[in-house]
Parts: sequence; C-alpha cells; structure tokens
Amino acid sequence: MSDLSLRGISLTFPDGTEAIANADLDVSRGEFVSLVGPSGCGKSTLLRVASGLLDPTNGSVSVDASSVGYVFQDPTLLPWRTTRRNVELLAELRNVVPAIRRERAERILATVGLTEFADHFPRTLSGGMKMRASLARTLMLEPTVCLFDEPFGALDEMSRERLNGELIEIFLARNFAGVFVTHSIGEAVFMSSRVHVMTSRPGRLLEPIEVPFAYPRSPEIRFTPEFAAICGRVARALREATS
Amino acid sequence: MTVERSRSRFSRLVSVVVPPIAVGGVIIGVWYFFSYVVLDSDRRFLLRAPHEVVRKGFLDRENLGEILAGLASSCRVALVGLVIATILGLALGTLMSLSKVLERALFPYAVVVQAMPVLAIVPLVGFWFGYGFSSRVFVCVLVAIFPIVVNTLFGLLSADSGLHDLFTLHEASRATRLRKLMFPAALPAVFAGLRISAGLSVIGAIVGDFFFGQGEAGIGQLLKKYASRLQGEQLFAAVIVSSALGVAVFLVFGWLARAVVGKWSEESRGR
Repeated sequence: MSDLSLRGISLTFPDGTEAIANADLDVSRGEFVSLVGPSGCGKSTLLRVASGLLDPTNGSVSVDASSVGYVFQDPTLLPWRTTRRNVELLAELRNVVPAIRRERAERILATVGLTEFADHFPRTLSGGMKMRASLARTLMLEPTVCLFDEPFGALDEMSRERLNGELIEIFLARNFAGVFVTHSIGEAVFMSSRVHVMTSRPGRLLEPIEVPFAYPRSPEIRFTPEFAAICGRVARALREATS
Repeated sequence: MTVERSRSRFSRLVSVVVPPIAVGGVIIGVWYFFSYVVLDSDRRFLLRAPHEVVRKGFLDRENLGEILAGLASSCRVALVGLVIATILGLALGTLMSLSKVLERALFPYAVVVQAMPVLAIVPLVGFWFGYGFSSRVFVCVLVAIFPIVVNTLFGLLSADSGLHDLFTLHEASRATRLRKLMFPAALPAVFAGLRISAGLSVIGAIVGDFFFGQGEAGIGQLLKKYASRLQGEQLFAAVIVSSALGVAVFLVFGWLARAVVGKWSEESRGR
C-alpha cells in the first residue's frame, strides 16, 4: 500500500467547472514525483484534494492526514512571528511538547541554513529565505507525505536551483513521499524519480515518465544529453496534453 | 566620510524643522496683522494679539487653572468613553467576524450610529440620562465606537487565505485560529481604528459638554462661556488647548501602534 494513494479522483466545482477527471496517483516513501501541466489544469487542486483541504466529487484518497506536509506557493509565514516561532507553529498546533519543539526547530533551522536569521521577522527576509522557513516549518512534524505547490516559482533561477538541490538532500535524509507541482520541466526532471504530465482542464494524468538518474544527483546532470532527452519527452507529452 | 554624513543629517533635520516653523511664523505674523492693522481698537476684542492670549490665557494663574480643570474633566470623559468604546467595539467586531449572519444583522446599525450627528444625540442623551459624567461618556462611546468595530472586523477578516488553509490542515480549533491567526492579523487595523476613535472621543467629550452646558465644566462649556462673555484671550487659549489635546492623542496612539506592531507590520513602517 502506498503512503499516498489517489483513486479515480474527479472534481467538479459548484459552478460546474470540471477541474479533475479520473486521476490516479500512487506515491510511496522514498519516491519523489513531479506534476507538470499547463496553467489552470488542476495540479494545485489535485494537491488540495490529496491533503484533504478539498473533498473530491468522486474517487477516494487514502493517506494518513496527520502526517501530510504541505508547502504552499507563497511562504505564508505569520508576519508577527520571528523565523524561529514561525517554524515552531505547526508543532504548536499539533501540541508537540515545548522542549522537543524547540530542540527540533533549532536542528531544522540549521538544516535549511537559517540559524543566523532565527530571530528575524519575515519582512526582513529575502524570498528564498522565506521559502526555506516555510519548508522548515513543514519538516517540523516529520511528515511521511510532502506536497509542494510550486514552492520556488517566484524565485530567481539561481536561488531556485540551489533550493532544488537542498530539497533533494532533505528528501534523501528524511525519505518522505514527495509530490512536487511545477511549471518548469527542467526542475521536474532534475528533482523527481517520476514525472506525471497533466492535461489541460479537465485535468487527467498521462502515463508517467520515469527519470532513471540515481540520487544524489549532481547539478551537472542538467547538461547531459540523457537529461535533455527526458526533458524532450516531457515537453512532447505536455504539447500533447494541451492540444 | 563621518563629517559628510553628519552634515547631511544636520541638513535633513533643518529641512524637516525649518518649513513648519516658517509657516508658524507666517501665521503669527498674519494674526498680528489682523489684530493691529485690520481691526480698529474698539473691535480688537474679536482677535486679541498672540502675546495677549499668552499673557491672559496661559500666564494668568486663575484663568489657566480654570482651563486646565476643564481640560482634565474633558480628558477623563474622553478616556473613559474611549475605553468602553474599545471594549464594546472589539467584542462586536469579533462577533461579526465569527458569523456572517451576525455581521449582516449588526452592520447596518453600526452605520446608523456612525451617521447620526453628535448634535442630534446630545439633547436626547441629556433628556434621558441627565447631564452627569455617564451621559457624557455615553456620547463619547456613540461617537467613537464605529471605527473600532469596522477596523476590528476587517482586520480579523484580513488574514491570508493560505494561512487559514494551514490552520485547517493542522486541525486548529476555532479558538486557536482566533488567537494565533486572526487577532494578531487584525492588530494593525485595530490600532489604526483606535487612533481615529481616540480623536473622535475627544471631540465627543468637548461637543457633549458644549451642548449640555451644565454640570462639571469641561473645555466645551468654557468655550461657550468665554465666547458669550467676549473673553477673546481665554477663548483662544481654550481653543489652542483643545487642539493640542487632539494632536497629543493622535501622536500618542500613533506611537502606541508603532510600539506594538511596528516591528513586523509592513504598513506601519516609516510613519
């Protein structure tokens, strides 16, 4: 049984818009899969369904809801809390004992390289640092399933590539089941073991494309012909998906 | 390098301080001009010269004592009124944020209270409750409550929907959501409302006193008395004191807002 399993998910909004049609997705611990697709195809909606924020019209979601981590498109930090207190937030909501919470926050702040900025308020952090704080907050509960909704979309190319690498390291250390929504084919192929292409609305999932590179991956693989070939396959699938 | 920087800081200070002082000088000059050139001596009581106002209004022990006692009385009324308006306003705004039905039910009446002119309320309040301290406070509450209700309500509803999702995802109770998300998010708006309400409460205290015209004398009654007795110097002194009170309230609440939310709020920056 996979840690996250979506079976025959369909979702029609009350206004009649058909967002998702019959989507199946299975992700287990140790797998990192990407969802790519044209904008508005329902990728984010599918993540909301997987997390339980939205109920599907049809189909079933099987996941342990208390162990789902969700990293949103925006950092969604509480502006009145320092980085450290933001990172502790979810542990507070889940009633983790203060001593454990503090010790864990300290460790995770170090993992994402924010120890120095622990007592800063969000408004003084750069976009990349805010996203790291958001990531750290999610990791606090040690989730078995992590959903990422285009978390690095608003960052510049360099910060994005750095964070891609760091996220993969965290994934290898923690071994969660990762689902990563993105617009960038390169990002999807670099990070994931499998790329799922979603068609334009109503979103359906096409046959996944496997990425055979072993982890840990060097940033250099981005420049190999094999990498380019896989990107090409994803691009072709995307073109097919939009038509 | 340091010399240059300190000079630029000095010149910045000069550019901040000099223009308002210059305008103040012009105003006093115009004031003298009207008092001595435009008005002939038997009509000069209409606008006494600045130094006369200072001498009779502020330096005369008895007059100053009367004005300060009036000021203290009006301050007490305004302050108690503001405290009650704040407590009621926060409670109403919070209730309205929790239920759409309550919001729809109550909001029109909040607008009615706001739209009612002070002039119309004061005689009615006097008619019902007499002219004592509590009636005056009641006027202040009526005048000052609206900005607090509205700013509390909109402040509470201003929390980012992504943050609400996060709280939903982690099964936060309603109380937790209110305490950890909605209240802090509302703080900048609440303080902005408080600042407006504090000014209104001062106006309510003075206007209420003016129209009641009896009971303990506040600034309002003094204004009325000085005007009717043609005591131009004292009248001017009382006007200056009441506007100084308004300015002080504005500054104090601005400072309070910065002290509480200035460290993190994007909006309260640099104001």
